[in-house]
Amino acid sequence: MSAEAIQSRRDWLLSERPASRTQARLGRAYVAWRRFSANRLAFVGLLIIIALLVIAALAGVLAPYSPTVGDLKNARLLAPSAAHWFGTDDLGRDIYSRILYGSRWTLYVVILVAIIAAPIGLLVGTVAGYAGGWTDAILMRITDIFLAFPKLILALAFVAALGPGIENAVLAIAITSWPPYARIARAETLTVRNSDYIKAVQLMGASPARIVLRHIMPLCISSLIIRVTLDMAGIILTAAGLGFLGLGAQPPLPEWGTMIASGRRFVLDQWWVAGAPGFAILIVSLGFNLLGDGLRDALDPRSGDQ
Amino acid sequence: MTSAIAVDRLEVVFDRFRALKGVSLEVREGESYGLVGESGSGKSTLLRAIAGLAPVSSGSIAVNGKKLGARRAKAFYREVQMVFQDPYGSLHPRQTVDRLLQEPLAIHGFADGEKRIERALDEVGLGNGFRFRYAHQLSGGQRQRVAIARALILEPSILLLDEPTSALDASVQAEVLNLLEEVRRRRKLTFLMVSHDLAIITHMCERLMVMQNGEAVETLTASQLIGHRVNADYTRKLLRASEGFVRA
Repeated sequence: MSAEAIQSRRDWLLSERPASRTQARLGRAYVAWRRFSANRLAFVGLLIIIALLVIAALAGVLAPYSPTVGDLKNARLLAPSAAHWFGTDDLGRDIYSRILYGSRWTLYVVILVAIIAAPIGLLVGTVAGYAGGWTDAILMRITDIFLAFPKLILALAFVAALGPGIENAVLAIAITSWPPYARIARAETLTVRNSDYIKAVQLMGASPARIVLRHIMPLCISSLIIRVTLDMAGIILTAAGLGFLGLGAQPPLPEWGTMIASGRRFVLDQWWVAGAPGFAILIVSLGFNLLGDGLRDALDPRSGDQ
Repeated sequence: MTSAIAVDRLEVVFDRFRALKGVSLEVREGESYGLVGESGSGKSTLLRAIAGLAPVSSGSIAVNGKKLGARRAKAFYREVQMVFQDPYGSLHPRQTVDRLLQEPLAIHGFADGEKRIERALDEVGLGNGFRFRYAHQLSGGQRQRVAIARALILEPSILLLDEPTSALDASVQAEVLNLLEEVRRRRKLTFLMVSHDLAIITHMCERLMVMQNGEAVETLTASQLIGHRVNADYTRKLLRASEGFVRA
């Protein structure tokens, strides 16, 4: 594409008088993207997350060995080498392959928790904030009760009740992570519910449900996305923690927390068994944190004229 | 002829504070009626109470002869619309003009949305070039025009105006006032307008009510106000204050 073509496309996106709905929307997305990509670290975070997605999608192609079947006779606890990049574990399985496959479980946990917890928090928070009165009091006291428990302990209790397994770990994490989202959504709602533009929609005869769904929620979503992204690292760690305690993913599933747990026994002599998945968790958590920081700068509703 | 708005001994109480103390008011059909008074006199509260945005504790409001209950019916909003004081706060920050104008049409189930939006924008002197802009891409005057378009798109017969020009600078103020005048003439609207600017009120309104501390002081015609034929001391004080401003 020639320089002029790029320039004219940019002008089209940044036009002060968009000619269609799509152009207006794309223009706004482009401004947010420019602000986001100007932030180098955030960009690194995005690359890490994209790499995670690619690895999870192509794990079957990229992994040189099976993630579950090892060579017990010849390949137990081998140090990292050209044949086994990250070494092998006590059952003779290639750790590199297990980490590649494990990215799928990490993504599975993170995405499921986000799509369960964020909407619950958003709904509870906006409804409480907009309705006020008794509704607000009841919903927020329930939120307070959930907030009062330490997250991991509550998740432990849930898993203990539901039985160990990655699905139940996801459920337990989701149930314990929505209250902060509800708080954020409620706070945002309180700042806008008495504004003239919400009054104006009330004067159009809009129902409360319509006001909450179409006018208040869009204003809360960006701060929620930021918070969820920043929490992703915590979710991964909690999932790994549950896995480590034997309450999350069960062997032989190549989940990173479970892998650390099984490498714990020989962490001093064969450090790579626990070290490699630990490092993977570190990198992915860092990626989500950097991404969240960048999103905060790009999407912050208070940074004026978004 | 029934009156467009009839307010009878209206009381509004916010947390024990009596913002309106038994105010009565009658606005005839097609009339432009002004409410004047200093800040905190209750004029905006009266407007908001009529719109259903303030808690009415006693008294009654009737619009076009129909008495209003505590909750407004959907049909009410097709009769009465409001333009807010602050054009920077009355437009949703994440919605395009198009979306803002579509909302009332969607709520009331109008089918010919496209045409109505184009017509409404034309009527307030904004071309189609403004249709897909966000509020932050508009000037104060343009925003207020969008707010007026939004109020008019449901074709109400009564427009409540809460200091519609006080946040705008003088030249834009005149433009917006002229636009309102023109719209009123064309659509035979009833205006109930709040302002603290006596010049605007005498220019725009035929009759007016002076308010102080949540009470009606007196009701005057515009010519009475211009000729200084007023009875209450408070009105005289207001007049003197506005003249002092002119002389300076």
